[in-house]
Amino acid sequence: MQARTRNRVVFLILRRMRVPLLVLIGVYAISVLGLVLLPGIDAEGRPYRLDFFHAFYIVTYTITTIGYGEIPYTFSVAQRLWMVFSIYLGVIGWVYALGALIALARDPAFRQVLVAGRFATGVRRLREPFYIVCGYGDTGSLVVHDMDEHGLHAVVLDIDPDRISELTLEDLSIFVPGLCADAGQPDNLLAAGLKLPLCAGIVALTSNDAVNLKVAITAKLLNPGLRVICRADTHDTEANMRSFGTDAVINPFEAFAKHLAMAVHSPDLYLLYSWLTQTPGQPLPLRYQPPRGTWLLCGYGRFGKAVQRHLNFEGVETVIIENEPEMTKAPKGTIHGRGTEAVTLREAHIDKAVGIVAGTDDDANNLSIIVTARSLNPNLFQVARQNARENDALFEAARLDLVMQRSRIISNRILSRISTPLLTQFLREARHQSNDWVSELVDRLWRLASNRTPDLWTVELTPDGAPAVHAALSGNREVRLGTLQNDARGREQRLNCLALLLKRGEELRLLPDDNLALAPGDRILMCGRPGVVNQMQWALVNASALCYLQTGEWRAEGTLWRWLTDR
Amino acid sequence: MNIEKVIFSFFIVLALTLNFGFFLGDIDNPAHHNVYELYAAIVVNLIATVLKFGERTQIGAVLLATSLVADLQLIAAALFWTIATQTTGGGLTPATMAGIVALSGGALLANVISVVLLIVDIATLRR
Repeated sequence: MQARTRNRVVFLILRRMRVPLLVLIGVYAISVLGLVLLPGIDAEGRPYRLDFFHAFYIVTYTITTIGYGEIPYTFSVAQRLWMVFSIYLGVIGWVYALGALIALARDPAFRQVLVAGRFATGVRRLREPFYIVCGYGDTGSLVVHDMDEHGLHAVVLDIDPDRISELTLEDLSIFVPGLCADAGQPDNLLAAGLKLPLCAGIVALTSNDAVNLKVAITAKLLNPGLRVICRADTHDTEANMRSFGTDAVINPFEAFAKHLAMAVHSPDLYLLYSWLTQTPGQPLPLRYQPPRGTWLLCGYGRFGKAVQRHLNFEGVETVIIENEPEMTKAPKGTIHGRGTEAVTLREAHIDKAVGIVAGTDDDANNLSIIVTARSLNPNLFQVARQNARENDALFEAARLDLVMQRSRIISNRILSRISTPLLTQFLREARHQSNDWVSELVDRLWRLASNRTPDLWTVELTPDGAPAVHAALSGNREVRLGTLQNDARGREQRLNCLALLLKRGEELRLLPDDNLALAPGDRILMCGRPGVVNQMQWALVNASALCYLQTGEWRAEGTLWRWLTDR
Repeated sequence: MNIEKVIFSFFIVLALTLNFGFFLGDIDNPAHHNVYELYAAIVVNLIATVLKFGERTQIGAVLLATSLVADLQLIAAALFWTIATQTTGGGLTPATMAGIVALSGGALLANVISVVLLIVDIATLRR
């Protein structure tokens, strides 16, 4: 592909250069020939003729406007007449040729080819595993941004040139190549490195279901080992994608609604989700207690429907307010209206409701609903859906109980799948646990994290991931999980971390016990304060540190020291 | 009839005929080889080369290559001529002339290949 692009550039240049080059050759040929044919007069007054070499020499310096003068003898009138003609011809020829070259360099088609070539080279220069992100909208840009924060490489495709220029302006610490191209074209995906060995996966987030589907099937056919994460707006597409083994399909409305229902129904589980999936280092969202009772739900579009279904499934009663009940096929009892006027809200018995979800697809309306509702019933639990990221400041100023930002939620879900695959499994398990279990875990995390989103990392007991531990286990020495969680600078001190999940083969253990004996090949999902991951590294990598943690003694490392201590 | 094809073929064939005209005659006899013919052969060869630019087919690439070879050989012949007559002062001895004509003979071969390829291309196109 890269070679093809480069070839295209060369051919384009050559093709466009034809006429200017022909003009130049013609100008030179005519000028030289004329100079050779016209008779001159030498110093003694005898007629002579210039040879081809000297004629070419004179023409070369004259029509490039350098002008060394008349050699070898002063020109005759006929020669001078010819020179006047050649100079005008030559200068015009050169101006035309240079103009054509510059026009070529500014030609949009040519620039497009150059940009594509540079993009393909940029992708091939990546030396670490990377993900292809198709679609750089609200969610796509968040995903790329978060990947950057996690130190993961990305390659971006988007059909909108404005978004690609946005990407180049973005303040990212890692170079992210971006190309303005249709992700639905397999050629473009190949240019983005779909078949490169370093390509770890592809994330299709365009707003067009057909394109996402095309991306998924292309990826699965051309590179079956790839992780494919796709957005699907309809259940049809979702089922279609799953049918050929797409690793994760995310329906934004569904995922978002599920999240919201979880926030209303099981706040602790919701907190666990948001704490663990947020970008590390951010302030933790506080615990809250959503009231039980009837909720008002404004907007019955795709999102509203999903929310209502999930809330009803959790046993929460809802009153729907919708502006176009016929078009959206709203159920009986729906209040007609936008929800921004007090009349509509009163009609929906806002005085008896305990909470309100402003879930229309218009941010201004959502804010207006909340403000109106608040003046009617100040005790309401207020939840708003935020559609566009640029309205961050507004929603923050409105001081809502919960703001659900779609792109944020989707991006967090995708990122947890990319950066810590074990986390997805952990959260899936956690959903099936009792409320008490979750609530206790949230308590522990709260004490552990000290108001910052905890770091998450995976410890792999492999020769690469944890050489010291792996060597000890292979030597039939026992290593307990708790040992790894003590501080190598003083083993009485426990590191601020918690083992969330241990995966041994296909077996999963939630919150494994400190006394658990580890086995080679185990994968452990840890969470802890930022920086703790580096301290834990001691026990994993350094055999002496591990020995100290187990026995409390620093074993002599070198041969000489060992000999000295043995004496 | 495609006027572009006419011009294209015209220059390729003209490059061959001029080259052949210069090559014709006793190899070491300066009287048999005209300097103007060499000049014309170089100019027409250069034009033919530029006309072959930007052809994306396989045959177009080979055509361009043969033309570049012919250019190289003819320009080498011209340089040889210039150096012999301008610097060493020996003039056109039979030995130099033989060298120049031999170089143009090489170019002739490249031009023959070029024309053969052109005919092959046209023949396959007709079918």
